[in-house]
This record gives sequence, structure tokens and C-alpha cells, in this order.
Amino acid sequence: MRDIMGSLLRVGVLAAAFLVVLGGVLFFIQHPKEVFDYTTFKGEPAKFRQVHLIVKEAFNFRGRDVIQLGLLVLIATPVARVIFSLIGFLIEKDWIYVAITAIVLIILSVSLFSNYLTF
Amino acid sequence: MMATFIAILFAGALFAGFVGSLTGLGGGVIIVPLLTIGFGVDIRYAIGTSLISVIATSSGAASAYVKEGILNIRVGMFLEIATTLGAIAGAAIAFFAPTHAIAVIFGFVLLYTAVVSFIKRKSDTESEILPEKKPGPMIGLLKARGTYPTANGLKNYTLQHLGGGFIVMSVAGILSGLLGIGSGALKVIAMDSIMKIPFKVSTSTSNFMIGVTAAASAGIYLNRGYIDPVLSMPVMVGVLIGSLVGAKFLLRARTKSIRLVFAIVITLLAFEMIFNGLAKNI
Repeated sequence: MRDIMGSLLRVGVLAAAFLVVLGGVLFFIQHPKEVFDYTTFKGEPAKFRQVHLIVKEAFNFRGRDVIQLGLLVLIATPVARVIFSLIGFLIEKDWIYVAITAIVLIILSVSLFSNYLTF
Repeated sequence: MMATFIAILFAGALFAGFVGSLTGLGGGVIIVPLLTIGFGVDIRYAIGTSLISVIATSSGAASAYVKEGILNIRVGMFLEIATTLGAIAGAAIAFFAPTHAIAVIFGFVLLYTAVVSFIKRKSDTESEILPEKKPGPMIGLLKARGTYPTANGLKNYTLQHLGGGFIVMSVAGILSGLLGIGSGALKVIAMDSIMKIPFKVSTSTSNFMIGVTAAASAGIYLNRGYIDPVLSMPVMVGVLIGSLVGAKFLLRARTKSIRLVFAIVITLLAFEMIFNGLAKNI
């Protein structure tokens, strides 16, 4: 289980880094001259914010869309680690820790999908 | 020029990752001042970007710790309830607090980090034999104990002050979500000094927890539109490469002098953040 978890983290980070670099290369090809301003906050468009849109847009192979998918994969990597821990505790029938891990997973899901909640 | 901007960001992130991994304090404390003071980037964009780099480095490093087997996955998971809840609270505060106030808080946390990195860390050989207290019912229920390898074979330890540790972990989570840092130093203090977990177990478990904590607030930052692909790209890749090189270099480096330089650099950055915050330049 520990081996799987260690590899999972590494694969997640490598996959994310690959997507981010690929997206970066595409971005430079597609926007060689464009300049962005970050001194005042404008907020990203929905396609960079909502999970299902990030996944959908990435298949258009626009540079920034691919980078954003890579960032989403990176954020999802620790979440996947928690899911694997949950499976591990289920196999061990360690119910207290099944409950504790489920709570952590719920908190993470609320955060990641907070856009779909109205608040 | 965008390409120049990205190239300089990449170089800065490379440096932050390298120094952060050498000192064990992570790159987050450098990324936010670099972006805000160095490039005038809105501090909330900077925090979102920094969180991305924190997840990357902690997941990369944790994959090595998991295999070594000195971390305590159960205790880490239990405390992650505190850090993730705190992280969401911290991210929520960040959206309502004025940006210059965040800058001032960031400055003070930087000062604290400088002091902590200055104090000599005690090694496991120095950690004293604790008076064995009768463990409470929570300790038994949560199996809050473990073993770790030493030169004289496996040693047992039992956690103490679960409640106090839980509270400090919540604060670590809030600071992580509010400022986009890993809060590794505070996490180690909660485990090592309060809960009496052996230092080596504390540091590796802390690193393991940082990624999950940062993911909890990063989800909110992503949904609120504070994670920008063009800013995050050079920072994530730079910090990741820098920290990997730093980890290789660690074995040969004289960490004492590096710590001193790092402490001076972040002290200067701390004052810069505080002054700019008070002058409402950020």
C-alpha cells in the first residue's frame, strides 16, 4: 500500500508537470506576442475555474487550457492519495480511520467543487 | 515582454525551490514576496500560484518519505481534518480581508519563519525520555502511537496533548489557506513539541500533510479564479526542478550557512511586505 501511495504521488506530479510544460509550449506557439497584466485582480473565466470545464476545454489543445488541466491534476494528486488511504483502511477494516479519512475526503470535495455550491 | 517575464519568474521559482528544499522550509515563503514585491502581481494571484508550487514540492518529496516508512499515516490523516478545515477557513478569510492586511500578516509570519529557521533544531539523540503518562481514551481509540527506527532498534512513542496539537494544526491550516504557504514549521512544532512525536517522524509526516492541506485551499482558489495558468506554469516547473536539485545537493551542502543566508533574506522580505502592506501598496 505504501509503495502504491508513493508511486501515485510521483505519477501525479509527473503527469501534471508534463501537461503544464506541454501547455506552456503550446501557449508560446499560439501567443508569441501577447502581454497579460496581473497587477489588478480580474478573476479567471469560468473555463479556468470549474472542474468539468477545465477537463472539457483541455481537449481543444489551447496552451492555457492544457496548463490548467495540468494544475487540476496536481491539485487532485493529494486527493487521490486520500482516496487510496480510504481503500487501505477499508481493507484493514479499521472503521475509525475509515470514518476519519472519509471526513477529510468530504472536506476536500467541498473545496474542489465549491463552485457548484451556492454560497 | 511576456517571454522575459516568464523567464525571470522561472529563474526565481528555481531559486525558491532550491533554497526551500535545502532549508526544509519550502518555496512558498519566497514565491509570494517575489510575485507581489518583485512583479506587482495582486497578492491573491500570488497566493494561488504559491499553493500550486507547495502541492508540487510536497507531493514530490512525500513520495520518497512514504517509502522510507517513518511517517505516521494514521496520525497524519487525523490531523488533516484540522488542517483542511483550517485551510478552507483561511481561503475564505483571504477573500474578505483587504489585500494590504494579508501582506502585513504574511510579513509577520515570514519574520517568525526566520526566527524558527535560526534556532538550532534538536536531533533525535537529544530528545529526552519522556515521563510515561497514562494515555487517555482518545489516544487508544485513535491508535495514536507508533514505532520508528533508531540506531538501537525500533523505539515506541505515544502521542500526548491531542487536543492542543489539533488546535495548532488548525492554525497551521488557516495560515496555509490565507497565505499560500505550506506552514511546515508550525506543523512540525505541533507534532514535535506539543504532541511529542519524534522529530524525524514529525518532519516526514508534516511534509506528507502539506500537500493535502494546500489542495484544500487550492480548490477554493481555483474555483474563485485566482489560479492563473500563465503565472503558475513557470512557477510550478521552476520550484519542482529547484527542489529536486536541492534535495540532491542537501547531502553535501553546509546547511548552517545556507540557513543563515535564508534567514537574512526572509527577514528582509518580511519587512518589505510589512512596510508595503502598511503603506497600502499591496
